[in-house]
Amino acid sequence: MKEYPVLGKKDTRSGFGVAMTELGAKNENVVALTADLAGSLKLNDFEKAYPERFVQVGIAEANMIGIAAGLATAGKIPFTGTFANFSTGRVYDQIRQSVAYSYKNVKICASHAGVTLGEDGATHQILEDLGLMRMLPGMVVINPCDFNQTKAATLAIAEYEGPVYLRFGRPVVPIFIPEDMPFEIGKAIVLSEGTDVSIFATGHLVWEALEAAKALEAEGISAEIINIHTIKPIDEAAILASVQKTGCAVTAEEHNIYGGLGDAVGSVLLRNHPVPQEFVGVQDSFGESGTPEQLMVKYGLKAANIVAAAKLAISRKG
Amino acid sequence: MQHPDIQHLSQIAIQLRRDILRMVHACQSGHPGGSMGCAELFTALYFHTMKHDPANFTQEGKGEDVFFLSNGHISPVWYSALARSGYFPLEELGTFRRINSRLQGHPTTHEGLPGIRIASGSLGQGLSAAIGVALAKKLDKDPSTVFCLMGDGEQQEGQVWEAAMFAPHNKLDNLLCFIDVNGQQIDGPTNKVLNLGSLTAKYEAFGWEVTTIAEGNNMGAVLSGITEAQALLGKGKPVIVMLHTAMGSGVDFMEGTHKWHGIAPNDDQLASALSQLTTNQSDY
Repeated sequence: MKEYPVLGKKDTRSGFGVAMTELGAKNENVVALTADLAGSLKLNDFEKAYPERFVQVGIAEANMIGIAAGLATAGKIPFTGTFANFSTGRVYDQIRQSVAYSYKNVKICASHAGVTLGEDGATHQILEDLGLMRMLPGMVVINPCDFNQTKAATLAIAEYEGPVYLRFGRPVVPIFIPEDMPFEIGKAIVLSEGTDVSIFATGHLVWEALEAAKALEAEGISAEIINIHTIKPIDEAAILASVQKTGCAVTAEEHNIYGGLGDAVGSVLLRNHPVPQEFVGVQDSFGESGTPEQLMVKYGLKAANIVAAAKLAISRKG
Repeated sequence: MQHPDIQHLSQIAIQLRRDILRMVHACQSGHPGGSMGCAELFTALYFHTMKHDPANFTQEGKGEDVFFLSNGHISPVWYSALARSGYFPLEELGTFRRINSRLQGHPTTHEGLPGIRIASGSLGQGLSAAIGVALAKKLDKDPSTVFCLMGDGEQQEGQVWEAAMFAPHNKLDNLLCFIDVNGQQIDGPTNKVLNLGSLTAKYEAFGWEVTTIAEGNNMGAVLSGITEAQALLGKGKPVIVMLHTAMGSGVDFMEGTHKWHGIAPNDDQLASALSQLTTNQSDY
């Protein structure tokens, strides 16, 4: 399989922060908004460099989404930044009416998604956001996997006209996507080719999928690793091309198994080319306090879980 | 600004009421009460106060005054004012709330109706959007004004107060808001459903310039009240006007009651109402 050397270790949210500062210089229409979480979203550099285009809304997420919709109406490109929980569930109706239905060019950027937010616990660990955002007509949903890809995704969505949900996280994780790897919204990336099973992974689980592929290879199993960074619109062609070769699928995500990547891939398979599919994700529960690593283990989101799921999927082939 | 022709504007306001009733009657649904109560405000804004360009509508509205309706259920009065000021053909009013229409039950950009910049209907969101445009105008050094209308019942939504806190903090003195104080909401009088207390005191405490138009269904009073509020713009604070109106204003059996908030008149009621609304304008 193809090797991805670790280029360093950083949090994905820092990729967002670096890209925002770059965008501030590149595009004078870019405006950053936050609801009292500038530091957590790594927006401090943007704030320093472009204070007139930095909007501190205070702890008022609903107002932030509405203001962003207004800024977009007037031709600005607003990026809202808060935790994933407060970016979605808390403001669903504001996003639905003022952003999605009104088709505003708002970029909803969400950090601290999933269980790897860690010690703060389930009140802050949203595992339903991908599903919530996927259901909104016209909403693009992106979940990049490391610092480099988050940076590339942030730059890419500024060029795209329309509402976008960009989800990333808090913990420091390996950087393995080469800096020059192109990022195209809606275009999956085959990270490593294989013939026995297709592993579709998003976000923090992409690294785990690569680790799983190594373990599977040691056991003589050839896994194809596909990075689905864009959950919507999903790359149907890439999914189908892979399963037509392998005959079975595993999906891996830091999200409830309902509503997220697993359902998105499953519905593509069901409508076009049904094959056995196993779901690695949180099994319809809330999270809890703990270190990110402890939680990844407890909630079944590690490479070992992907390995087991891959074997199960292969065993279900006809 | 030109001297207002109060006589002419009053005729338009009556015509908006005729349009509202005929639109709501034709599809037997919609919200005539609050729409009729705001006929003078919409006439004043669209036919006198706002600097706008109906024939060349853009979402961005750069260099123009822009208007946001937060209490979207009074769409009939807005649609009538938009059509009659030239945003879209008058005959389109007949498609209100019908299948394949640009005139949805609540206003939306989704069908591309000129004059509308954001969807509203789910309450409490309009002021935030207006603030976004006001911020953009400040960034662009665009001296025009952002207008926004909210309902009084709508003040029960929490998001309104998030926005109310933001605008003065950010010195958005290019923002001129109105609250339609008609004292009614679907389930009854506002002071029975959930008492609003003093909205004037609340907004003053939040840092707004607050004025009052006591006779919101008197065209002269509305025009002078708007002029007075405009004079307060550009001085470091957003401005809000308590516009006291009567729900269902202009038709005796509809006036001052929440019962006409969201129901349509029948044939006899329409005929009786229209007979009270005579004007030198023409129906669509």
